[in-house]
Formats: sequence, C-alpha cells, structure tokens
Amino acid sequence: MGRLWLDALPQEPIVLATFVVVALGGVALVAALTYFKLWGYLWKEWFTSVDHKKIGIMYMVLGLVMFLRGFADAVMMRIQQSMAFNGNEGYLNAHHYDQIFTAHGVIMIFFVAMPFVTGLMNYIVPLQIGARDVSFPFLNNFSFWMTTAGAVLVMMSLFIGEFAQTGWLAYPPLSNLAYSPWVGVDYYIWSLQIAGVGTLLSGVNLIATIVKMRAPGMTMMRMPIFTWTSLCTNILIVAAFPVLTAVMTMLSVDRYLGFNFFSNDFGGSPMMYVNLIWIWGHPEVYILILPLFGVFSEVTATFCGKRLFGYSSMVYATLVITILSYLVWLHHFFTMGSGASVNSFFGITTMVISIPTGAKLFNWLFTMYRARIRYELPMMWTVAFMLTFTIGGMTGVLLAVPPADFVLHNSLFLIAHFHNVIIGGVLFGIFAAINYWWPKAFGFKLNQFWGKVSFWLWVPGFWVAFTPLYILGFMGVTRRMRVFDDPSIQIWFVIAAFGALMIAGGIGAMLVQFAVSIWKREELKDETGDPWHGRTLEWATSSPPPEYNFAFTPIVHDIDAWDDMKRCAVERPTSGYRPIHMPKGTGTGIILAGLSIALGFAMIWYIWWLAAVSFAGIIGYAIFHTFNYKRDYHIPVETVEATEAARTRQLAAAGA
Amino acid sequence: MTATTINQTHDLSQAQLQAAFYDLDEHDHPEGGSTMLGFWMYLMSDCLIFAMLFAAYGVLGGSLAAGPGPKDLFELPLVALNTAMLLFSSITYGFAMLAMEKGSKGATQIWLLVTAVFGIAFLSIELYEFYHLIHEGATPMRSGFLTAFFSLVGTHGLHVTFGLVWLFTLVVQVGRKGLIPANKRRLMCLSLFWHFLDVIWIGVFTFVYLMGML
Amino acid sequence: MAHADTHNAAAHPHPDAHAEDTMEHGGHGSLREYVVGFLLSVVLTAIPFWLVMSGAIPDPRTTALVIMAFAIVQIVVHMIYFLHMNTKSENGWTVMALIFTIVIVVIALSGSLWVMYHLNHNMMPMSHEMSSMG
Repeated sequence: MGRLWLDALPQEPIVLATFVVVALGGVALVAALTYFKLWGYLWKEWFTSVDHKKIGIMYMVLGLVMFLRGFADAVMMRIQQSMAFNGNEGYLNAHHYDQIFTAHGVIMIFFVAMPFVTGLMNYIVPLQIGARDVSFPFLNNFSFWMTTAGAVLVMMSLFIGEFAQTGWLAYPPLSNLAYSPWVGVDYYIWSLQIAGVGTLLSGVNLIATIVKMRAPGMTMMRMPIFTWTSLCTNILIVAAFPVLTAVMTMLSVDRYLGFNFFSNDFGGSPMMYVNLIWIWGHPEVYILILPLFGVFSEVTATFCGKRLFGYSSMVYATLVITILSYLVWLHHFFTMGSGASVNSFFGITTMVISIPTGAKLFNWLFTMYRARIRYELPMMWTVAFMLTFTIGGMTGVLLAVPPADFVLHNSLFLIAHFHNVIIGGVLFGIFAAINYWWPKAFGFKLNQFWGKVSFWLWVPGFWVAFTPLYILGFMGVTRRMRVFDDPSIQIWFVIAAFGALMIAGGIGAMLVQFAVSIWKREELKDETGDPWHGRTLEWATSSPPPEYNFAFTPIVHDIDAWDDMKRCAVERPTSGYRPIHMPKGTGTGIILAGLSIALGFAMIWYIWWLAAVSFAGIIGYAIFHTFNYKRDYHIPVETVEATEAARTRQLAAAGA
Repeated sequence: MTATTINQTHDLSQAQLQAAFYDLDEHDHPEGGSTMLGFWMYLMSDCLIFAMLFAAYGVLGGSLAAGPGPKDLFELPLVALNTAMLLFSSITYGFAMLAMEKGSKGATQIWLLVTAVFGIAFLSIELYEFYHLIHEGATPMRSGFLTAFFSLVGTHGLHVTFGLVWLFTLVVQVGRKGLIPANKRRLMCLSLFWHFLDVIWIGVFTFVYLMGML
Repeated sequence: MAHADTHNAAAHPHPDAHAEDTMEHGGHGSLREYVVGFLLSVVLTAIPFWLVMSGAIPDPRTTALVIMAFAIVQIVVHMIYFLHMNTKSENGWTVMALIFTIVIVVIALSGSLWVMYHLNHNMMPMSHEMSSMG
C-alpha cells in the first residue's frame, strides 16, 4: 500500500469532527439518492449526458459546493487571525493553518472560479451562437469529470493524509521533497494535473465551437460580447494551461525521481519555477475575469434596453488584454531581484493593461448614460462590480510600480488587492450571471427579496472584510501569518472577521434565495423564454431550452440578433420541422475520470501497482472508446413537433 | 438592422421574414467538421509544453554542477542517424496519406507500418543513447543541465511512443472499418501529430545537440 | 449593407458547409510536394550537421546563427510541405492560431531567458554558475 497507513487518517479533533460530519452527510445523501431511486436518473440524464446545458449546470453545482468548502477555510483563517494575539496561539496549529491557506487559494481559483466560468461558457455560448451543442460533446463531458476528479482529490486530502502547506503556488524549495516530505504537495500536483486536462480540453472545445458552429450570418463582429470574451478566455486557456502542466511535471520529477529543475544544489534553480509558473499565472487571472466582463456587457445592454456602447472597442480591448496578459508576469516577483531594466519593463506593461480595461468601464458607463436602467439583481451586481473593481484596479496599478511593490509585496495589501478584483470582478460577475441566466436554465426567476438581502450583506461585507487588510498592509503586516506579537493591530483583524461574518450571511441568503425560488417556482415562472427582454439568441428559445436548443437554426443579420428579430416582428415558424441530429450520451468520461482519481491517489501514496493498473486502464479504456463509431442519433420529428407545439401553447398562454 | 432595412422588412410577408431569419431547410451537419481545427489547437498547446522545456533547457543548459557537459556526452553521428530515422518516417507517413487519398486500404496500412518501423528505430536509438549516458554516470539527477536535457528529449520520445500506440490502433481500425470518413479524419490528425513531432525535433537537434557541441 | 447580407445569408445558409462536406481543408499534398519537402529537409539537416561536425566556420557564434537560420527555414519547409499549412485552410484560423502560438512562445522563451539571466546575475553569484556562464 505504499506509504498509506492508518496514520494517514485524521487525528486532530477539528479535522476528525469535520470528517464525521462530512461522512454522515455523505452517507445520508447516498441513502437518500438510493431510497428515492435517483441513481439511474442521475446516471442516465446527467452524469453520462453530453448536453452542454446539463454539463454547464453540473459545473455550476461543482463550483458552488467547492465554494462552500473554500469559504469555510476563509472563515477559519479569519477567526484564527482575530484571536491569535497576546500569547494566544489561536485554535489552529501551524501544520493545520498552513494547509488551510493553501487549500483556500487552490480551491477558490481552480475548483470554484474555473468551474463557475467554464460552466457559464458551456451553458451560454452554444445558445448565444445559435448552435445545438459544442463541437466535441463527448470531450465536454470528459472535461467536466476530469475537473471534478481534481476536486475529489483535493477533498480526499482533507481526511486522508494532508494537503500542501506551501501556499497556493507551491514554490520550491519549500515544495521540494526535502522540505515537504509527505503527501501534501503530491495531492496538490495531481489534483491540478488531472483538473488541468479537463480545463485544457474544454478550452479547445469551446474555441472550435465558437469558430465553427456559429449560426449562419453571425460574422465575428456580430458575435455577442460574452461569446467574444469566452473565445479570448479559451484562447488563453489553451495557451496558458500547458505551461502549468509543464511546470507541475517538472516539480513532480524533482520530487519523484530526484531531478534538479528546482533544487538548490546541482545547478537547479528555484527562481525558474517562480518565473515559469507565473507565465501561466498571470494569463490565468484574465481567464477568470474576461468572461465576466462579457457577462457585465450583456447585463448592462439588456437592463439599459439599448445596444452596448462601443461594441468594437469592447472587442478590441478584449483582444489587447489577451495579448498583454502574457507580457506582465514578472510583476508577481519584482522583489526577486531582476534589476531595474527588467522591473521597469514589466511595471510599464502592467500599467498599460489598465488602459483597455478602463476603456471597457467607460463603455459600460456610456451604455448606462441616459438609459432607462432597470435595477434588477443582475444590474445591481454589475454596478457593485464597477465600483468595487475600479478600486481594486487602482490598487493594482499601485502595486505595478516596482518601488511601491518593494514595500507592499507579500503584505496584506496584496491580499486585499487581489480579493478586491477577484471577488469584486469574478464573483460579483458570477452572481450577476446566475441571477441573469437562472430563468433561462430552469424556467423560473430567482426570488428578489432574498437576492437583495444577499447583495446588501455581500457588498458592504466585502468592504468591511478587506479594507482592514489594506490598512494592515500599509502597516507592513505580511500574509499567511498565524500569530501576531503586536496587540495594537488586533482590532483590524476583528473587524475583518466581522466582515467575513457578513459575507457568510450573504452566502446564506443566497442559498435561501435558491431554496425559496425553487419552492415558489410556479409564481416565478417564465413562460416567454425572454423574461428580461434580452437581446441575444439564448432568449429566442424556451426556458429551459429543449435538448436541441433551436428547432430551426436562426439566421443572423445584426449584433444583438434576437433584438433584431423582435424588431422585425418575425413570427416563430410552427411547422415544417425535421428530425434533429444529436450526439449520444456516454459513460466513458466518468469512467476515465474515475480511473484518473485512482491513478492520482496511487501516485500520491506511492502505491505503484495501483498506479500501473489504473494507467493501463486509462489507456486501454480510451482506445476501447475509439472503437465505438456510433455516437449520434436523430431526435424524431414527432418529438420535435410535440415539444414545439407545447411551446406554442405556452407562448399563447403567456400572451406573447 | 439599419433604418432602411427595417422599412424594407415591413414590405416582406411573414413567410419571407421567416425564411430570412430561420434556416428552414437545414440538413444534418457532417460529423467531425471541427476535428481538424480542434486537433490543431491541441497541437498548439503541446507546442507550449515544449516551449517550457526549451526555456528550462535554455536556463539550466549551462548549470553543469561540475558534471559532464554537452561536449563530453553527445555523439553527433548517432544524432544524425536518429534525425534521418524521423525524417524517413515523415515521408513514409506522407505516402500513407497519399495511399489513403487513393482509397487503397492495404497500401495505407503498409505505409503506416513502415512509418512505425522508423519510429521504433528512432526510439531504440534514443533509448540506447540514454542507456549509454546513464551508464557513464550522466544521469538526470547529476546536474541541472542533464535534468533539462533528459526531460526535453524524453518528453519528445514519450510523444513518439504515444504516436506509435495511436498508429497501431489506427492500423487495426482501418483494417476493421476501412477508409471511412471517421478513420480518414483520425489518420489526418495523426499525420499532423507525427509531422509536428518532426518539427519539434528540428528544434531539439539544433538547440540541444548542435549548439551544445559548439 | 445589412440588406445585402439578408440575401446572401438566405441564399447560403452555411458559409462553411462546403469546406466541411469534403475533407479537403488543409488536407493533403501531392507526391511531388512530399518528395520536394523531404529533399529540402535532407539538405537543410545535412548542412548544419556538417557545419558543426567539420567546424567549417571557425567562430562558434557565427555557426550558431547560421544553424539557427537553417532550423527556422526547415521548420517553415515542414509547415508547408508536410503539415500543408496555408492561409486558406479553416478560413485562416490555423495560420492565425500558429502565429499566436509563435508570439506566445517567443515571449515566454525570450522573456524567461532575459529574466533568468538577470536573476542569476543579481542573485546567485555562485562560483560554478559564473564559470559555466563564461
């Protein structure tokens, strides 16, 4: 069994208690699913489905579950830091605390933000371009399960062994075998590698989809902005994640085989790791934010009831950001000592990147200018984003000045800055998107009251939680500290903990919002398929859309194609349907991902026989899968007719 | 739409409008229309993995840690032979593609197998070289230079190995199903993959072997 | 403009359909193409090997530049004759992807070497580093 033995099981009381709770919850869930005989339904309709809409929803569920885990880590850190003064050690020992801040970062970036963003793109992009699915439906399912497999490995580390104690980027020499001898860093490496396969493939998939499957007439400059930003994001994914794969592989051969990429002796260079991983790391932050810029564009145009101001400047700004994001990576390690010429080059490129971003903000503002703005929840989140993100962007420009960075590097100011842009940009964007597209996905709107409660707890809560960190950063407090000597700064940490509490309330209110909305779904029902008077093609079909999305593929003549169709008063064709050619579901994705978990687990614990067996299993099963040539079927015309007739009745009843 | 076209649409009947805004006469899309583009994207991403390995070699190539350097280790005639093997395999794969174009199943399979022979020869020579180096004590653990060298060349070798597994799978699949569109598409993907590895090898022999001997 | 588009789009609902139906896009070369590519590659491989093995150019730096030039030319030859790159296949998307990748590779490679050179120079004045750099 390699190095897996009973001592790998949790011993600390906190972890043990969590383990018991999670185990009981898991048993209850499995029992409930079995009792209500839901396994067959889940397997057939969801797990093996290649429908981009279902995969998109599964990504969102994964993101939400992992978000709760990542947030639990955050709250634990806030509590620890608010009490560990005056000789009080707090309630977390160093080994545990270090795992928590590492897991928090890894989970929030790789298993919260990435699944949310990928889920949104998966659900919305094919609908926006008038397609019936993505280019490679099976790969889509496989990508989802590989991402999930990575998440499963991270969650396993909580109870079997340990997670890395290195910080979320696992810099060597700390992450080398000499300083991290047990399984933590290996969990880190294998979960990222396995999830990375999924991310890369879904990037390839969505690029091919956007390039090849647009509805007739939808030229590049008629694509919705969300589709544009998705395209750029996926280009970044395809051009950045291989870098992460390569660097992780180098780190693993150092750890497993004693190679010398990043060792201190024998000519390796730990600084090279920092350099290489940020070549991935900086594009990654744009991978996260770009699709949300697209969301804000769609939301602003819809709720202002007019075409987005400066469509083409928005497109070009996105393209410029795509390229520039590869030219700034060194600003993450100004202090490593590259010298004046290098630092000033990267300082300037970093400042330059704020120009296209600023252009985007002005476009949104000018869209809002003299518009009749409807302050529904998505628009509220958008305005909150604009205020919050702008300040985050400005602190970012501040950090881009190398001399200032020498003062603020690795301080809580940096922590406040990137939470300012990631929460204020990515997370607020995801909340805007969830409130905006929920009716499309499920056929009913979200409850407004609880949405507003969540909003008003979240946005001020964010500022209460992170303003103190800006202040502490200016005082020189560094990140990742477990205990403090200076009692005078405790008050700031207490305030920050209170902010985290408000955010917890915001998250709770959001969960209540989901529950209440599902409970009262009949009252909130959207019969029209177009509850917000949308402008893009996803609103042209029913809510939720039929499996085939569009009975007839729309033909596009303008930006905001659906708005154009409404203005020309085109009636929906109600006859002349044809059978529709669709891809078939398959269990291959989930099987391969399961084998990958086994492979990762075996490699982490040095169980070589299991590693060999599961690796052979992956290759063998993948080859076996390629012998199946029959991967599609036709939805019979009667089914299409019945579905569309129901839709006609629904529209008539809604008086549309 | 511009104002003029909106006016014009008022003159159109609903049937004409529907025909303008919906594809009423849609046929099944042929399968695999995106495959070649998608595979090309994958190759581009693979290119970046190699770029990182080249970067690592560029940075660590001089870090000998008082161990042996390129001039002590590399044997150019062996590298030249290896390069020849890969080049031959490239053109024989080209012949396989030409045979596929003509629709002759047997010839396609034979040329694929000839390609495999050259590929295996390439790998054998590379393994011989690695064995030789390790035997001399020039293991990847010896220095930063050797780590980067083995990783770069080894990653290329692993790609070739994977290409061979894929190639044999395709020989079987062509045998079973013939040169159906799906199989042709797969052969074209492997063609891109195989030639792409040849392009990477140009970088390897130039930057690692030849420039190492200067 | 939009009006003209209406007609175009209605007449040809699938602008890409023709490229997709047959698998001709970016597809295959002729025998002549493969042979020319092969012969060029042989020549472009043989010359740099000969240059290095015979030491025909005494200055290593010049030799390095020359063999790098040969490598670039040979990569282009492979792209054209073996990978059948042209600006038309997939409506230019393959070439665009290639150019983008080359830009990123150049940025990452040259940037890394530049950054790491400075870092090594400033931060690691160890003896074996210095000697191997010289």
